[in-house]
Amino acid sequence: MQLEAMYQEVILDHYRNPLNKGLREPFEGEAHHVNPTCGDEVTLRVHLEGEGRDATVADVSYDAMGCSISQASASVMSDLVIGKSVKEAMEVGDEFLALMQSRGQDVEPNEDVLEDAVAFAGVSKYPARIKCALLAWMAWKDATARALGEAS
Amino acid sequence: MTLLPEEIKKDFPLLQRTVRGGRPLIYLDSGATSQKPRAVLDAEREFYERHNAAVHRGAHLLAEEATDAFEGARTRIATFVGAVPGEIVFTKNATEGINLVAYAMSNAATAGPEAERFRVGPGDEIVVTEMEHHANLVPWQQLCQRTGATLRWFGLTDDGRLDLDGLDELVNERTRLVALTHQSNVLGTVPPVELIARRAREVGALVIVDAAQSVPHMPVDVTALGVDFLVFSGHKMLGPTGVGVLWGRRELLEAMPPFITGGSMIEVVRMEGSTFMPPPQRFEAGSPNVAQVVGLGAAVDYLSEIGMDRVHDHELDLTGYALERLSDIAGVRIIGPGTTEARGGAVSFTVDDIHPHDVGQVLDELGVEVRVGHHCAWPICRRYSIPATTRASFYVHNTLADIDALADGVRQAQKFFGTA
Repeated sequence: MQLEAMYQEVILDHYRNPLNKGLREPFEGEAHHVNPTCGDEVTLRVHLEGEGRDATVADVSYDAMGCSISQASASVMSDLVIGKSVKEAMEVGDEFLALMQSRGQDVEPNEDVLEDAVAFAGVSKYPARIKCALLAWMAWKDATARALGEAS
Repeated sequence: MTLLPEEIKKDFPLLQRTVRGGRPLIYLDSGATSQKPRAVLDAEREFYERHNAAVHRGAHLLAEEATDAFEGARTRIATFVGAVPGEIVFTKNATEGINLVAYAMSNAATAGPEAERFRVGPGDEIVVTEMEHHANLVPWQQLCQRTGATLRWFGLTDDGRLDLDGLDELVNERTRLVALTHQSNVLGTVPPVELIARRAREVGALVIVDAAQSVPHMPVDVTALGVDFLVFSGHKMLGPTGVGVLWGRRELLEAMPPFITGGSMIEVVRMEGSTFMPPPQRFEAGSPNVAQVVGLGAAVDYLSEIGMDRVHDHELDLTGYALERLSDIAGVRIIGPGTTEARGGAVSFTVDDIHPHDVGQVLDELGVEVRVGHHCAWPICRRYSIPATTRASFYVHNTLADIDALADGVRQAQKFFGTA
């Protein structure tokens, strides 16, 4: 069955035991994103230490409702970006976005950069689920832009 | 005589294909869109290959044939729902039919005295229900926003019925319009439209019914319902996409200002202003969806040949069996009435600790195609405190074995995610 290719053990582990879940203080930016096709929601907060793109992502906390893919993705994302500079974290986000947009083509995911997030490669074969995997990432980008005062 | 779904299935080319590694396709998503029998596909193709021309203009043979095909379909579609052809307005879909009425009501503000019935403003009320598809909710929210009218709604009972306790208070002398579904696309519930329409008439309110989920699945007689407007969509009743129907009582259509204006709907045009055709042409501006209307005509012929009573009985059998099979599974909760009483063939459910997206993914892997999400009726999910549901919906080609595959698939999902 193809199901195992999509629901990698890593994904199911993060889904059952999500990291960094729950909303915490302090935070400088918050974003609420919805997937209008299915109703999945995430509220996500970003706490930065330092200034601009060199600031460190000190914390990412979130409250989310949704499918295993969206929940696991939020968990993996938070674990990946916490401790990195905003600049580095954005690069990881771009790499993840490229993986999701590969539509299952033979793009070799960069495991050094993406770590656990490579497990989502199978998801990119299912267009209906790509949004699930990207929901938390988009919320994180948005919340970070707000924290940096870049958002309108 | 009951209908023979295995025989009917042979008429649908798409249902012969396989999916996901050669599995037979089990299509349980007709509530979203139905598949098309060969007769409908042939009718569209034949129209383009033999008769295509602009309708209602031109003096050549093709124009005559095209007009006959178009207006002939209108007549058969009218008969199918107990109406006369002059009351059938072709739209793009049911959504456009509802918007047509909502915008005509806005436009009534600046139209002549004949449009008085359609005017709404501050102090007036529009009543909807909590089980509406967004198509029969958002246009009314917007109309209220444009005009200052107040939106009110019927709530739902825990078992997925309309809560009618406050009927006389909710539909009152301030009510200008009641908009409700004839069959919920999520819950399957068939609300008592006649009862509500009677109350609406007492207070002089108009009634518009969203029949997108009823006309495809049960005999519907628009005059027996006692309503003023009714809309449905071609693609949910074996017809093509891109065609829907607005039915309206003739005297109302005659008094109603247009929504979309332009060619084909005018009587006389001068630089200073224009006059309009009588209905239905007044509401059909621009080149119409002729091939799609012809296809819908063929769909109506196909359904009539089977007989809508038999279609309905067949779907009730499937619904009853699905309710039984799904309820047998520990952790499955039916969202909607648990019996087939006043109910149609859309069965929504949740599975404990598995998100509907994930249930749908496992089913898809097994070739069972269902809908997951909020089904364009988000307030229902909020009402029942669930993020989304999995929905199976049935049609003429479905069998009891299809439902067995659904139930087996749900159990497989539970196994895969380790919840049972």
